[in-house]
Amino acid sequence: MTDETKKKLEEAIVSLIKEYTNKKRFKPGDIVKEMEGKFSASGVTKDDVKSAIRELTDSGQLIYGYAGGSFLALPE
Amino acid sequence: MSKKHQTPLLDELKKGKWPSFVREIERAAEKSEMTDDLLGQVEQSYREKVVHWKHGGMVGVKGYGSGIVGRFSDLPEKYPGIKEFHTVRVNQTAGFFYTSDMLRKMVDIGEKHASALFNFHGSTGDIQLLGAKTSELETIFQEYTKLGFDLGGSGSALRTPSCCVGKARCEFANFDSMHMCDGITQAFQDEMHRPVFNYKFKFKFSACGNDCTASIARADLSVIGTWKDDIRIDQEAVKDYGKKFNLHQYVIDKCPTKCMSYSDEGGLKIENSNCSRCMHCINTMPKALRPGTKGGATILIGAKAPMVSGPRLSMVLVPFYDVEEDAKNDYAWFKDLISKIWEFWDEYGVSRERIGELIQRVGVGNFIESIGLEPLPEMVANPRGNPFVLYEEYVEADEEQKG
Ligand code: HEM
Ligand code: SF4
Ligand code: SF4
Repeated sequence: MTDETKKKLEEAIVSLIKEYTNKKRFKPGDIVKEMEGKFSASGVTKDDVKSAIRELTDSGQLIYGYAGGSFLALPE
Repeated sequence: MSKKHQTPLLDELKKGKWPSFVREIERAAEKSEMTDDLLGQVEQSYREKVVHWKHGGMVGVKGYGSGIVGRFSDLPEKYPGIKEFHTVRVNQTAGFFYTSDMLRKMVDIGEKHASALFNFHGSTGDIQLLGAKTSELETIFQEYTKLGFDLGGSGSALRTPSCCVGKARCEFANFDSMHMCDGITQAFQDEMHRPVFNYKFKFKFSACGNDCTASIARADLSVIGTWKDDIRIDQEAVKDYGKKFNLHQYVIDKCPTKCMSYSDEGGLKIENSNCSRCMHCINTMPKALRPGTKGGATILIGAKAPMVSGPRLSMVLVPFYDVEEDAKNDYAWFKDLISKIWEFWDEYGVSRERIGELIQRVGVGNFIESIGLEPLPEMVANPRGNPFVLYEEYVEADEEQKG
């Protein structure tokens, strides 16, 4: 995965979660499936999406919440 | 200690000479103010028969999706001290060994930054520090990290693996459960701290059939010690036991597979090919009987406690796993098996479906085929209840004939 694809992937994850704030809770697994499909042409794998989620949560751009299952959200 | 709240119902639970969680909470209240409010709220719950805790929320430490179990009082005005009362799961050591010095340091953190109440250890295996405020979580995490500890699992993630004391203290151990538990914990740090599963997944390692971690009833993946060769018998020691109790009544007749016999002349005989390694005879006469020397483990899958649907015991997946051999390769074979299981669960499982429920839904046959294992008689958990047998090859031939 090129740096450019990685940046696009991370942006796509954040904007998806932003778009659905208060509407839908995305489980990390949902994001992986969604992005794997969306970026399949750029050769993005499951592990790429997982590592993008890791960077986003490590840097605090996304946080984990819990309500019957774990989900990703924007920091409050 | 001057009590803020009157607690007549809780006081009942201090009577008698046995341990009392109320007494322990009161002791902790001497060191932490919030704990007084805890007693007040619990008393109110007992009176009203209503739980006053709310679950969930956005609590955690940076970068981690698990390890903190969020709890809030739903009566924050009345009990401000426990407005936030989160549980911090700290990954225990394999086999629960600590120096007393380390225990003191861990408890100091709990007294300084939380309710001073601990659960050593939770039923998950973790050390649980209770009553942390949201604002203290990051500090608590940093302090434990300095001591060399990390958070455990919670949420839709790998839960903190746990094991029995195994070879460190127990003569029944057939494999090194502590070494394996530690190895697997280290290998799957990401799966533990960054939830990507449909639901929780638990590993438990017990080094013999006594299953001190209760893995057969609690773990999605249980590794339970067993042996391949014969039970070792010291006939003299068997005779000594015979002087203390009736061997037939307490041992021979209680063997579940009836594979033992005893006579004064012939001594104790065991037909090992029929022994199910249940441990009963060994537990009853530990000085006379010992497990064989070719130790390993049985891998089982699919147990769970009752939450979304009912409880389940696990089923055999691999009858004999040579743990010692795989340990030489850092458990590579085992880890590969686990990746295949997780891939299957990820692909076909639905939200909040444990692996055992998924296997039941799709059928054992489909599951084992997908993860590349051969069907074995040991996998049969129950005699079949469905009298109809479908032979796929006949169906195919029939279809071809019909053209
Ligand atoms: C009706 C209410 C509740 C239900 C049905 C419930 C259910 C459960 C179940 C099934 C477990 C797993 C036990 C096991 O693994 O053996 C559990 C564990 C736990 N629950 Fe609850 N719970 C309730 C209320 C609470 C409350 C009020 C709190 C905290 C204020 C709480 C905190 C925990 C914690 C920290 C654990 C882990 C305990 C351990 O590992 O030892 N639960 N709960
Ligand atoms: S499970 Fe078996 S080996 Fe492990 S501590 Fe218990 S009795 Fe000993
Ligand atoms: S371990 Fe259990 S099954 Fe095996 S001989 Fe002893 S009592 Fe019988």
